[in-house]
Amino acid sequence: MSVLMQAEGLCRHYAVGGGLFAKKGLVQAVDGVSFALREGQTLAVVGESGCGKSTLARMATLMELPTAGELRIDGKPTLGVGEAERRRLRLNVQMVFQNPYGSLNPRKTVGSILQEPLALNRRGDRPARERAARAMMDRVGLRQDQFGRYPHMFSGGQRQRIAIARALMLNPRVVVADEPVSALDVSIQAQVLNLMMDLQDELRLAYLFISHDLGVVRHIAREVLVLYCGRPVEHGPKESVFAASLHPYTRVLLAATPSVDPRHRKHDVAVKGELPSPLNPPPGCAFASRCPHATGICTAERPVWREISGHFVACHHAGAI
Amino acid sequence: MPLLDIRNLAVEFATARGRFRAVDGVDVSVEPGEILCIVGESGSGKSVSMLAAMGLIAWPGRVTAAAMRFNGSDLLSLSPRQRRRVVGKDMAMVFQEPMSSLNPCYPVGWQIAEALRTHHAVPRRKVRDRVVDLLDQVGIPAPATRLGAFPHQLSGGMNQRVMIAMAISCNPLLLIADEPTTALDVTIQKQILDLLVDLRRQRGMGLVLITHDMGVVAETAHRVQVMYAGQMVEEQPTEALFAAPRHPYTAALLAALPERAMGRARLPTIPGVVPGIDDRPQGCLFNPRCRFADEKCRTEPPLLAGPPGRRARCHYPLGAAEVAA
Amino acid sequence: MSGIESTAGTLPAAAPMPGRFRLFWRGFAENRGAVLGLGFMVVLSLLAITADIAAPHSPIEQFRTAFLTPPVWEPGGSWDFLLGTDDVGRDMLSRLIYGARLSLVIGLSVVTLSLTCGTTLGLTAAFAGGVVDSIIMRVMDVLLVFPSLLLAIVIVAILGPSLFNAMLAVAVVTLPGYTRLSRASALAELSRDYVTATRCAGAGRLHLMFDTVLPNCLAPLIVQASLGFSTAILDAAALGFLGLGAQPPTPEWGTMLAGALQYYQRAWWVLAFPGLFILLTVLAFNLFGDGLRDALDPKLKR
Repeated sequence: MSVLMQAEGLCRHYAVGGGLFAKKGLVQAVDGVSFALREGQTLAVVGESGCGKSTLARMATLMELPTAGELRIDGKPTLGVGEAERRRLRLNVQMVFQNPYGSLNPRKTVGSILQEPLALNRRGDRPARERAARAMMDRVGLRQDQFGRYPHMFSGGQRQRIAIARALMLNPRVVVADEPVSALDVSIQAQVLNLMMDLQDELRLAYLFISHDLGVVRHIAREVLVLYCGRPVEHGPKESVFAASLHPYTRVLLAATPSVDPRHRKHDVAVKGELPSPLNPPPGCAFASRCPHATGICTAERPVWREISGHFVACHHAGAI
Repeated sequence: MPLLDIRNLAVEFATARGRFRAVDGVDVSVEPGEILCIVGESGSGKSVSMLAAMGLIAWPGRVTAAAMRFNGSDLLSLSPRQRRRVVGKDMAMVFQEPMSSLNPCYPVGWQIAEALRTHHAVPRRKVRDRVVDLLDQVGIPAPATRLGAFPHQLSGGMNQRVMIAMAISCNPLLLIADEPTTALDVTIQKQILDLLVDLRRQRGMGLVLITHDMGVVAETAHRVQVMYAGQMVEEQPTEALFAAPRHPYTAALLAALPERAMGRARLPTIPGVVPGIDDRPQGCLFNPRCRFADEKCRTEPPLLAGPPGRRARCHYPLGAAEVAA
Repeated sequence: MSGIESTAGTLPAAAPMPGRFRLFWRGFAENRGAVLGLGFMVVLSLLAITADIAAPHSPIEQFRTAFLTPPVWEPGGSWDFLLGTDDVGRDMLSRLIYGARLSLVIGLSVVTLSLTCGTTLGLTAAFAGGVVDSIIMRVMDVLLVFPSLLLAIVIVAILGPSLFNAMLAVAVVTLPGYTRLSRASALAELSRDYVTATRCAGAGRLHLMFDTVLPNCLAPLIVQASLGFSTAILDAAALGFLGLGAQPPTPEWGTMLAGALQYYQRAWWVLAFPGLFILLTVLAFNLFGDGLRDALDPKLKR
């Protein structure tokens, strides 16, 4: 299976402040993230707010350029190429957003929202574009008579269908889904997840699925990448990350997620402390301040990204705890 | 005697398109020390029903109830002035968005002190000590140094702790928490839920937790009420609800959870959407989406029925069908 | 695609939502002052358009036999001149009607000019950011430093007094309002996901500015424009009054006031009627603008 998107050591640092009187700070929004996304697969990126999920999404869609590292789409590098080439590569990656109420232009009808990507890239003539938009509506389960309606006439779930349809109009290979179901009610969430999985089977799409909901991730993902404070802490196949997590943060995350199934509940892991600020993070492991297993080396030295029994982890004590 | 006892609560709003019943036929009763979860999807009326209990529904809303008693006093017959003395003191509420529930112009210590002063809970010169004590109780580290902090200087989790400190400042008998953790991260959510449960145990107060998250319900509640389209459709003790839901809606909702569908490729779904203002169906409100609906469901609205504490608003509740078979 | 169920397969179709315009009108009509203002505007516009037929006389024809004739209901009034005549024997009513035409043209062109320029500048500032943003906004700040009438006087003094230059001056003076407003609403819209989605689909900057963002910023701009109409009329009248705007014998309301100033004790009507028309027109546009804001701004909706 071909690798559609490959990230190697992606970093995105922002200089903040630095006005007349303020001291300059460095926010390491994303720091050293690597992954490979293959055709027809789903890689879930998991983490809490400020962990760099959204910055990663913006880099994956080439909205923002990494400050270090390399991102290849379809084997082609995206850094150091011309604007036109980058624009062409960008079309291979489309995005679905969290909030279906903000992601659709309120002044456009469903029909013109779906045709816009084609019109912008001069694909087909007017009737051909309308045919393509109508075909896509069938595909995502929207009725034909909804073609001329405005987004405010739809419920959240239906809007998310429209957003998915729009993302697929340019036949992208990769879809970056930023919390696509977390704004939806449970019953609607299931409909949208089913739709995304059906579309993946049919079109061999690769999903970069960003979520904080481990229940959803457990259902849809094949691989899981856990981020903490902009840094990757654990990456591996879903089964082993969930069942045999190596990093203490992954365990904390799993323990904190409320579960309807008593067998999934783990009451032995304590969750303490606040999320650290990504502004000037500590020199050692970012999780050291909240980690129940932290020792001297954790605050002093940044753990290396290493492979243990089939998945990657960044922890000094991984395997031993 | 229950702490809070509401019978047949209805809340109506006058809208541009006529009267809209946001809440209809809701019974709520909470015992001292009990955790009641009210669960439902957005627009199910779960927040509105509790705002009505707090007396916080303003024009154009109208609240009616057959009975509304709290701690032995009849809320319906209280004057607004007497009612204000109860609300915020004996019955307190925590909201979803900690950032927007706090006034950004004042330090958090001042805001908690204001709640104390309003209800004359402690002598004036003891207010500061009491605020520090409250911040300590809700798990804010170094509370004395945080008195002068403004809401924007604290994280979401810390602000929610401040909100909780404010809510418990007058030693309420009942705490209503409206989606208190929805805006927070999972690890912080866990901390806040643990805090609420601990405070309830220490103080013996009743806790009403409004949420849409079935996981939160399963881990915290003693008793659960399920709301759908403004109606209470089922009430059960927590374990019974997850083991044997009686209303088809609850059953379908639980089946749709990704966690319950482990190993299966497709999730079971509930077709259609929650009815809105102008497309409420005849008969049972859930009938267009229900697998079991028949002619009776489409014409005749069902009433809450069943053994006390395990009632369901359904003509054919699930448990009963199994028993008959 | 048999696997994907339709969202609303078996549900009865929802009742049709009222259209955008119907909803808007319902909100607008609740405000009586706004409807009254709209009514006055319509009457004034009709008069202005049909001035050639509606006015009994030419606005500049001087009736040598009838200087300072009082209005018809005053002793000495004449049915020929319903609202009397001015100091050189011109019919007041005709001058006022033609003046309405002029005032509306002034309002319309000033608003059009400053709205288009201001919006373009504001959108450019919002999209470009950085140095361009700073330069545009600082220039606007400089314009705001001067009292608006003083600045207009300066501009007219440089360009020379004429109606066209007065309009230009008023347009420049009102520019910062539109620029700031459009920049602020564009910045708010820019952070929303649909803009990112359109960028993802390959939209260029111009498309984003005018096709994606601008339509969503229009509501506050329309309100500002309707309120700006009255400011434009008022400022142009003030310039006319100071002798820097329309030149006699043009029947412009402000110029009429200036010419009649010395007769205010003998002939109140030469002063009162132009003043009253300015007042009513400005009031009508302000009421209309307020109503428009209430109807368009969802935050104020109940």
